[in-house]
Amino acid sequence: MSTAGRRQEAAIEVRDVSKRFRIYREKPTSLKQRLLSRRTRADDFWALRDVSFDVPTGGSLALIGHNGSGKTTMLKVIAGILRPTTGTVRQWGRLAALLELGAGFHPELTGRENVYLNASFLGLSRHETDRVYEDIVAFAELDEFMDTAVKFYSSGMLVRLGFAVAVHVDPEVLLIDEVLAVGDEAFQARCIDRVRWFQQQGRTIVLVTHALDTVRQLCDQAVMLDHGKVQAIGRPDDVVREMRMTILKHDLDYVHEEGSKEIEIAAAALLDGADALDGPVRPGGEVTIQVDLHANEAVDDPVVSFALHDGTNRFVYRGDTSAAGQELGHMAGSTKRRVRFRLGPVPFVQGKYWVTLGVHSRDHAHTYHVQDQRYAFEVQEVGDARGQVFLPVAVEVHDL
Amino acid sequence: MVGRVRELWEFREILWNLVRKELKVKYTASVLGAVWSLLNPVVFLAVFWFVSEVLLDGIPNYPVYLLSGLLAWNLLSVSLSSGAQSVIANANLVKKVYFPREILPLATVGVSLVDFVLQSAVLLVFLVVSGYGFTLAALWLYPIAFIALLTFTTAVTFLVSALNVRYRDVQHLLGLGLLVWFWLTPIVYQGFLVQDRLADVSLGPISAWQAYLLNPATTIVIGFQRALYDDVNGDILPAFTMGELAGMLGVVIVASSLLLYLTWRLYFSMSGDFAEEL
Repeated sequence: MSTAGRRQEAAIEVRDVSKRFRIYREKPTSLKQRLLSRRTRADDFWALRDVSFDVPTGGSLALIGHNGSGKTTMLKVIAGILRPTTGTVRQWGRLAALLELGAGFHPELTGRENVYLNASFLGLSRHETDRVYEDIVAFAELDEFMDTAVKFYSSGMLVRLGFAVAVHVDPEVLLIDEVLAVGDEAFQARCIDRVRWFQQQGRTIVLVTHALDTVRQLCDQAVMLDHGKVQAIGRPDDVVREMRMTILKHDLDYVHEEGSKEIEIAAAALLDGADALDGPVRPGGEVTIQVDLHANEAVDDPVVSFALHDGTNRFVYRGDTSAAGQELGHMAGSTKRRVRFRLGPVPFVQGKYWVTLGVHSRDHAHTYHVQDQRYAFEVQEVGDARGQVFLPVAVEVHDL
Repeated sequence: MVGRVRELWEFREILWNLVRKELKVKYTASVLGAVWSLLNPVVFLAVFWFVSEVLLDGIPNYPVYLLSGLLAWNLLSVSLSSGAQSVIANANLVKKVYFPREILPLATVGVSLVDFVLQSAVLLVFLVVSGYGFTLAALWLYPIAFIALLTFTTAVTFLVSALNVRYRDVQHLLGLGLLVWFWLTPIVYQGFLVQDRLADVSLGPISAWQAYLLNPATTIVIGFQRALYDDVNGDILPAFTMGELAGMLGVVIVASSLLLYLTWRLYFSMSGDFAEEL
């Protein structure tokens, strides 16, 4: 294993990279403030901690994680925009970082001048820009406006021009931030087409994104960051799964509850049959909501209910024990009871569904305990199920 | 350091583009464009010709005397005041694109340099057309003074642009400082007078005149004046032989190069935090 051999293998080599930010509670930007406040107001914040990974030449790596996990910081460190506090980044081949469309665009300059300016920031020489200039103009569909100052452009025209330049940059290593994932669907489709084209050309790509499905479609490697540390690294499917599970776990920390607690929800779980639910549910599959009640005082005839909300917080369904004809009757103090709602077949195609649980009196006059959207399950499409709801379909074919 | 220079050379296209951009932005949407830059010294020449010939009878050929020093001063002061803003004004680029950060202050020096060249051309045309002419014997000081000016300007511009990112006081301090500095430099008044009055005033180990000469801008400005202005009676410019002046400019060049080395290093080490501090 010679160094020269490794050079050809890796396009980017990230070794033990840490990045510390100083967080000033009130950012002192003047000398007086600095002198008076000394260092007491600055906190250290480690945006990256001992991050190591390689991107082989021609590989496509996705950086995923929550907001504030350090993805974009990592991308900026690779690009050289930020210098790591410790550790090293080595990188071979010409690099272009697409962190923003139209970096350096100046409103007073014409479209043509801005193309040249922007292209030079993305590493294109004047000569190289000359060669692709016509293509850029054609791609942006702004032929008549190239000699107009861009301050007269609509925002849509600006985005098109910035994008046209970005896709005509032809680097060996391309860094793409999720800001490119703005725009309408047609725009995103063009973006993804272009990334595919780069891959076919054997270019190395590092992508920061929230779109986990894009990761699975496009990349051959993924790194999940969490609070600046590498949480998972490997095949996109595995890392994306890890990410989804973390999101679910993470969300459990969100607790919103209320009630007088004569009866409380001592425990609750989502089950797959008799086992704890582990991973996504298929459309048409089953989910069981199990609620363990504990009565602190004697209560007559409580009702247990559940509600489902989808990922956009749209109310989807509500059910309870009384509607199903079940009665819990009298619960004496310090007694326990278990309720199970078996849902199925699940009529959803995909998405995340939040479960709200409640215990209340039959007439809703007393709310004993409500846990608002504390639990969630995810439905993930398989095969060719498409659309808003899952509809079991039987197909018959007859000769006539 | 060699590595920095090589890196800068690789990215030179961005430097040219930024200079070009600044110039275009400065003059687009104005009908006369770069003529404005030329108009400035033309109006100066006209006004001061009027003032000195018609109203006052002080320094002979005052417009030539004034402009030969003032153009050099303008290069320094404009570079510094726009250089201090250079990183902040391009915050968007610094946060989103990689390029050697040195390019930003260098571009502002480049822009002032273009103005300097245009305005000097006006002055030279005036020298020829007005029949004032050149003293060829002294003209060789011009390139030496120019090198001193450029080295010193670049060095101090690096310093203020790096410091201003962290301490925004610098831009305010600079405005005040440049005003004081301007009047401490013999641009509008005669250097000879200062020499005459301060040479015998003692400030501990050195005379007040020697202290006055510690200002590098003074040496540079006197160099330009000596190169272009003919001090017929020997009572306008300080009494230095051309050899002495060349030696003083040499000292300024060496000291400025050293300063440039230090401020460049400071700038580079601070530039690692620019993207965060903005």
